[in-house]
Amino acid sequence: MRWGRRPAALEEAPSVERTGIELRDVVHSYGDRTVLTGVSLTLTERRVGVIGANGSGKSTFARLLNGLVLPTEGTVLVDGLDTATRAREVRRRVGFVFQDPDAQIVHPTVAEDLAFGPTNQGVPADEIERRVADVLDRYGLAGHRDHPAHLLSGGQKQLLAIAGVLVMRPERIVFDEPTTLLDLANARRVARVIEELPQDVVVVSHHLELLDGFDRVLVFEDGRVAADGPPAETVPWYTARMG
Amino acid sequence: MQSLYRPGNSLVHRVPAGLKLALLAALGVGLFLTGSLPVVAGAVVLVVAVGLLAARLPWSALLVQVRPVLIWLAVLLAFHVLVTDPRTGAVAVLRLLALLVAAAVVTATTRVTALVAVVERLASPLRVVGVRPARIGLVIAMTLRFIPLVADRAARVREAQAARGASRVGLGIVVPLLVQVLRMAATVGEALDARGADDAPARRRLARAAS
Ligand SMILES: Nc1ncnc2c1ncn2[C@@H]1O[C@H](COP(=O)(O)OP(=O)(O)O)[C@@H](O)[C@H]1O
Ligand SMILES: [Mg+2]
Repeated sequence: MRWGRRPAALEEAPSVERTGIELRDVVHSYGDRTVLTGVSLTLTERRVGVIGANGSGKSTFARLLNGLVLPTEGTVLVDGLDTATRAREVRRRVGFVFQDPDAQIVHPTVAEDLAFGPTNQGVPADEIERRVADVLDRYGLAGHRDHPAHLLSGGQKQLLAIAGVLVMRPERIVFDEPTTLLDLANARRVARVIEELPQDVVVVSHHLELLDGFDRVLVFEDGRVAADGPPAETVPWYTARMG
Repeated sequence: MQSLYRPGNSLVHRVPAGLKLALLAALGVGLFLTGSLPVVAGAVVLVVAVGLLAARLPWSALLVQVRPVLIWLAVLLAFHVLVTDPRTGAVAVLRLLALLVAAAVVTATTRVTALVAVVERLASPLRVVGVRPARIGLVIAMTLRFIPLVADRAARVREAQAARGASRVGLGIVVPLLVQVLRMAATVGEALDARGADDAPARRRLARAAS
């Protein structure tokens, strides 16, 4: 398996106006329970990490970034597009990788699952075929093309989930705890893969070392951003605070 | 659950899925219209030959769907031997055998996606009453995907209960399993959204992931 190769084909990202993801006074409540209170920030960095205790609002924040969750108050803009009204375009721009790959893989075999997203986007069949072959090869899944997805290892499943997003050619990818369910070796592999993506990424993680080379790390606390800065400042602040 | 599909590029693999299903249906009808032992026995030989020689499948691929029902074939034969006559029994058993092997050949040489696409095409007249054929296809594919997964999770819940000393494992697994499945279903829904399931143009067909 090869993990280290830098993806070539995916670097030809479409050139559009990229102004970043902007949150303006965002509040989010589930029913009458408010879990995010007045978050305002703009993400333009290539590598953004999100850390914080369980229940602090990280997943809700992550889901706001591609419109899976809409703000109860305030606005989320992706390259100027409002997630509340331009959901389709926003989701094309921002891919999402979930913690549990089993919930994200919806077709019985590997290649079929990879084709799902681009098929939905209306990508022509021969182009889908090309993209699928490309990611299968890149993520060491070429020999598993027609295998049932459920026979893959946990690490392979997470790579399949990531590949299933990459074939949709998003400009940014949000990861919600992508390594939490993996053993150490597989967590490292997935971390390497994320590190080498040409896309901008936002990564929610409890694996703090995954955020080492990141440009910016947000620390969530009770639905607020309690700290925001380079990992060299925010990560030690967070660990000290956790005691 | 193993995938029944065996990748290959034999002639049989390359026959369109719709045609294969149509031939399978025709074979089924034909077999039940005839009561001739030589014809039915010939059909068995024919489908086995198609499977082994034309599709270049191993014996195991042909037998995979026969083995679970062998006992019933034996029961059927015994029934006929006792109630009617051995010849009728042989016809009944060989008829089913031919169909089972033919079905095995079709599933071993056809991707689920391609079969699902045929179902979508057959369902497309329902579009006038508001049914989205692509949705039917997705539901079939997701059912095939999630059955083994839920079975795995059920086994894990059972193990966890056994590890904690539950002696009789019965209905006790239902609630924890249901909680897990519902929680996952919420995420699956989000994942479908994130992967553009709703963006699909109404007339889309499942792409052939086939090479
Ligand atoms: N769909 C939901 N319905 C109701 N409450 C939820 C839902 N999702 C999350 N919550 C609650 O919102 C709070 C923040 O959750 P979440 O954003 O998942 O935080 P984190 O990812 O940091 O653990 C938690 O208290 C959680 O219980
Ligand atoms: Mg979370």
